[in-house]
Amino acid sequence: MIGGLFIYNHKGEVLISRVYRDDIGRNAVDAFRVNVIHARQQVRSPVTNIARTSFFHVKRSNIWLAAVTKQNVNAAMVFEFLYKMCDVMTAYFGKISEENIKNNFVLIYELLDEILDFGYPQNSETGALKTFITQTGIKSQSKEEQSQITSQVTGQIGWRREGIKYRRNELFLDVLESVNLLMSPQGQVLSAHVSGRVVMKSYLSGMPECKFGMNDKIVIDKQGKGGATDEAGKSGGGGGKQSIAIDDCTFHQCVRLSKFDAERSISFIPPDGECELMRYRTTKDIILPFRVIPLVREVGRTKLEVKVVIKSNFKPSLLAQKIEVRIPTPLNTSGVQVICMKGKAKYKASENAIVWKIKRMAGMKESQISAEIELLPTNDKKKWARPPISMNFEVPFAPSGLKVRYLKVFEPKLNYSDHDVIKWVRYIGRSGIYETRC
Amino acid sequence: MLCFHVCAGEIFELKAELNSDKKEKKKEAVKKVIASMTVGKDVSALFPDVVNCMQTDNLELKKLVYLYLMNYAKSQPDMAIMAVNTFVKDCEDPNPLIRALAVRTMGCIRVDKITEYLCEPLRKCLKDEDPYVRKTAAVCVAKLHDINAQLVEDQGFLDTLKDLISDSNPMVVANAVAALSEIAESHPNSNLLDLNPQSINKLLTALNECTEWGQIFILDCLANYAPRDDRESQSICERVTPRLSHANSAVVLSAVKVLMKFMEMLPKDLDYYGTLLKKLAPPLVTLLSAEPELQYVALRNINLIVQKRPEILKHEMKVFFVKYNDPIYVKLEKLDIMIRLASQANIAQVLAELKEYATEVDVDFVRKAVRAIGRCAIKVEQSAERCVSTLLDLIQTKVNYVVQEAIVVIKDIFRKYPNKYESVIATLCENLDSLDEPEARAAMIWIVGEYAERIDNADELLESFLEGFHDESTQVQLQLLTAIVKLFLKKPTETQELVQQVLSLATQDSDNPDLRDRGYIYWRLLSTDPVAAKEVVLAEKPLISEETDLIEPTLLEELICHIGTLASVYHKPPSAFVEGSRGVMHKRLPARTGSGESTESPDVGTIAGGSGTETAPSIIPSQGDLLGDLLNLDLAPPTTTGPPPPTSGMQMGGMDLLGGGLDSLMGAGFGAVPAVMPASLNAPMGGGLGDLFDLGGGVGMPLGAYIPPKTVWLPAMKAKGLEISGTFARRAGVIQMELTLTNKAMSVMTDFAIQFNRNSFGLAPAGPLQVLSPLSPNQTIEVSLPLSTVGPVMKMEPLNNLQVAVKNNIDVFYFSCQYPISMLFVEDGKMERQVFLATWKDIPNENESQFQIKDCHLNSDAASNKLQASNIFTIAKRTVEGQDMLYMSIKLSNGIWVLAELRVQTGNPNYTKSMNKSHLKLF
Repeated sequence: MIGGLFIYNHKGEVLISRVYRDDIGRNAVDAFRVNVIHARQQVRSPVTNIARTSFFHVKRSNIWLAAVTKQNVNAAMVFEFLYKMCDVMTAYFGKISEENIKNNFVLIYELLDEILDFGYPQNSETGALKTFITQTGIKSQSKEEQSQITSQVTGQIGWRREGIKYRRNELFLDVLESVNLLMSPQGQVLSAHVSGRVVMKSYLSGMPECKFGMNDKIVIDKQGKGGATDEAGKSGGGGGKQSIAIDDCTFHQCVRLSKFDAERSISFIPPDGECELMRYRTTKDIILPFRVIPLVREVGRTKLEVKVVIKSNFKPSLLAQKIEVRIPTPLNTSGVQVICMKGKAKYKASENAIVWKIKRMAGMKESQISAEIELLPTNDKKKWARPPISMNFEVPFAPSGLKVRYLKVFEPKLNYSDHDVIKWVRYIGRSGIYETRC
Repeated sequence: MLCFHVCAGEIFELKAELNSDKKEKKKEAVKKVIASMTVGKDVSALFPDVVNCMQTDNLELKKLVYLYLMNYAKSQPDMAIMAVNTFVKDCEDPNPLIRALAVRTMGCIRVDKITEYLCEPLRKCLKDEDPYVRKTAAVCVAKLHDINAQLVEDQGFLDTLKDLISDSNPMVVANAVAALSEIAESHPNSNLLDLNPQSINKLLTALNECTEWGQIFILDCLANYAPRDDRESQSICERVTPRLSHANSAVVLSAVKVLMKFMEMLPKDLDYYGTLLKKLAPPLVTLLSAEPELQYVALRNINLIVQKRPEILKHEMKVFFVKYNDPIYVKLEKLDIMIRLASQANIAQVLAELKEYATEVDVDFVRKAVRAIGRCAIKVEQSAERCVSTLLDLIQTKVNYVVQEAIVVIKDIFRKYPNKYESVIATLCENLDSLDEPEARAAMIWIVGEYAERIDNADELLESFLEGFHDESTQVQLQLLTAIVKLFLKKPTETQELVQQVLSLATQDSDNPDLRDRGYIYWRLLSTDPVAAKEVVLAEKPLISEETDLIEPTLLEELICHIGTLASVYHKPPSAFVEGSRGVMHKRLPARTGSGESTESPDVGTIAGGSGTETAPSIIPSQGDLLGDLLNLDLAPPTTTGPPPPTSGMQMGGMDLLGGGLDSLMGAGFGAVPAVMPASLNAPMGGGLGDLFDLGGGVGMPLGAYIPPKTVWLPAMKAKGLEISGTFARRAGVIQMELTLTNKAMSVMTDFAIQFNRNSFGLAPAGPLQVLSPLSPNQTIEVSLPLSTVGPVMKMEPLNNLQVAVKNNIDVFYFSCQYPISMLFVEDGKMERQVFLATWKDIPNENESQFQIKDCHLNSDAASNKLQASNIFTIAKRTVEGQDMLYMSIKLSNGIWVLAELRVQTGNPNYTKSMNKSHLKLF
């Protein structure tokens, strides 16, 4: 299991050092600094083996988190734990920075004592942790509170405590999708997929039993056989797709996985407040909101002509926002002249790119930018790698075509019904890695 | 070790604050102590003061003190005992959080006296009413076991721990499983984790309810279970598959491990088997949208899974396409998997991608991409042509490392599809000069050698490499040797000099045993039977297999059992990187038979040596094939040469001498020195006839055999002050070794003796070394030692090498020298004309060799006279078209006849000499 956990600043100074196992000594702290943080070359692997000791590291801004072990540990678990550790710290004191860590080092030690025992990760749900580990010292707890804490930390429903009450029962569902694309210069889709998340914010009393439904092809087909076909919502830019094929999905630990496996129904008791209910991935019938058509021409050795056309591909009534096209320029660029039809374009020398920004753009429209790039003659033999043109945007629909069909709430013990709950649904499609090679 | 010294003042100040009455001040002081501890300062001097702060109802302060204790208790065991009472008291605290804290901390203090006191509280905590305390106590048993295993067994904690598997709380179950698994690992043969259908059922129930981490512990434990039959295997799989939808990647990977393992037991025709295969793909793909570090772990595992069950991901090629922003470690792993998944169906896409990657900036990545193109060609035959043309395009980019990498892979393509793509060789040759990496140079040389008959200037190309032979890496040297031998066998007429040059470079000037041995093998092969040599060296080679980098199957099976762990990241068995007993146990996939037999028994013996050393991946398809090939090789030669006669040892020796030796020997003897002779034969033996001619011509010494000047054989530095120089001469039919001994040391030398090692012509001292008087400092004497040729014979390299040992009162010294071959020409070497004629005709043409002697201003008669003085006799003379042809005979001391034809062109200082040697049978 994990033998020790160290946190360093960018200089390699130790900010936190917690050793769990006897086989990890102080020299491990130095070994990592010397061999990884101070290594001359770029890090080529997140797992490093130095003198039979394995180091796993993740980096958050300037901060290095390293887990150390001498055993054959579950590597995936170690990384998941490190990410979790980052989440927990962020939940407690915000951004992970040297200053925040120094100011909260007692808290961090306390957390590390709680969530990692002898190198075995324990309950690390912030909701549960916050009931008994606080930044402002320990509250005195009554006996009932204490047993409630312990049963929550160890219990079946570790993510929710009993006795929550709201005057207004309300819930918000956000379907957040990021659409990824890699397109060849000729406009051929090399790969495209949507990774989506359903984020739920719930303010519900008691221990509500929820059931979530969407236009999952498998479910719809099953019901279709039964006769009753639900009418899928027709709003949004996706058009009239009835159901979508979900390649794979994963769920928050509150969802009963065995039930999903058997009946493909998503039922759960949600944590109070915000949680990521599910993540999913689709690859079929994706609506690509934008198409980028690049044209790069080398005029002699010192000049490049670039023309890029973007076309929006969704309902004209919808508006895309925060559109940004990033056109990479060679390292030896000396000057750029840009003309664009819409929005603003600027050459950013420090980023080696022309950044073209458009605030809003309706569907089925087209816009264009052309640029002349002056190059300094170089004798650098290395070819310019021609990075792809990337794009950022936000659209008010789900590019995968996913629709929420229902979210039903049952709380048998309290006197509110499904109809009393106010529910909100929102769809946001964002660009993930949306690239077109040029 | 980084250790700061805290100055005394600081310690003093902290001490005062720690003993302050004010709670706040105390707490701040402890915080400062912990901060110093974190950065590695030694604050152990404050031990008693910090422990004093332990008695407090402030939980935060208590936790800080515990943290300090865990760090320093070991260095201050006597004082640590002061803390015991507080611990014991805390274990009784009404607050479960404090009870748990106490038992958790106590387990981390590795002091014997404390562990003794730990037993009672631990026993109570294991049965505590609060699950939080029980789950903490469960882990504490593992801690205690790490400190004192015997104690844990004696106290019966293991049984209590086993009982916890049936606990009502899922987290207690999970921690108990984790603790038991760890303890079981250090007792490989114990039946601690007594997994049976009942306990498995309990675990599967807890699996649905416990935290994500607990699920990982349970799944990892489940993976060690061996189901009794395929039915049980299937039912476990069914209950594990829902975990594939968990948000935690580690849960998913551990579930994949269980499924991959138990799938082995399912019959392939079962419907469920197919369903399961289909279910595995999506979660594996989803892992690739995780954070990069996890992607890396996932990719390393997918690499294993794809090797074991390629069908799972065969349609998912696209997800492994590299993204521009992927970290380099993700990119490299994706490339690996792309190659594994490449098939006829997707090759077009893959190639287009790879070509794109080959223009990236990261050198390692580009190289791997180029290499991948080659691997695709080898793997998917239909794509080979496209791959080759892609590689040619890349070569045109002239980016140095791309070109080199491309040449390396093209070599492999040739090895897979011989005689198919030679048209590209010309393009490759154009880039010869830019190759500076050994692997690329070696590949290029291999190509030139292999296709020498189609490359007009192959000899020039190879010769250009030969110039810097000694600066090349071994890889290149070996390849150059082989290539030139191939060339020689293909174009024997033009390349004889080249082959001699490389053979002598390899055999005489190199210390590398591989190179020397290979050199000798070729040399002997060529001299014994050139036909056989051709059949051996140019025989058809087995094609290389498509997968040259697969993990060896037993290792792969073991790694599949370690999916998700470090072993699967390193692709090494745990024993390769874990110390102590933990790594020793090897895991194996269960057998498909649905019997109740346990397949999980540790099989230390099954892997050679038991230490689990990584077996090299096999490159040649199967061992059976390899054996067949070896046999073929072995069987081939006898068909042409016939079974060797009983006297083979002797005869072979003789042939060696003649074939390998005389060829070059004669070349050296008569040849123009630098052009013909292997470099190393040059010096002393060149003293043979080359000099003979020169001297004869230049100084005009009419009679008497040529005697080379003396050279230093043994420098004083190497022989404790004794310097020996010498030469050889033939006087009145007796070979003389003429030595000059000089004493450059401070003391008198006496008791000289000399001995020879066995040598080619059986030279041996005919009498003792006659040094009459003791040799005093700075004195020099000349000694002449008569030699006989009746000593034991052993072929030397070079042929005329003589290893000598000289002994005196100080020590024994060894040196080697080379004698001029002309010394061995005996006086009765004049052959009868008739016999000469008959013998000349008898000798096969292969035994003939030709040399040119340049710049020799003698007419034929004068030359004949000169040579006669050295026992080279002219038998006949003919004049043809202005050329004088002299026919000569030589007899060596061991009875070998050498016949020669000397063509003297009047007015032209260059002589052409062709020689025939005969009488193998005389030997």
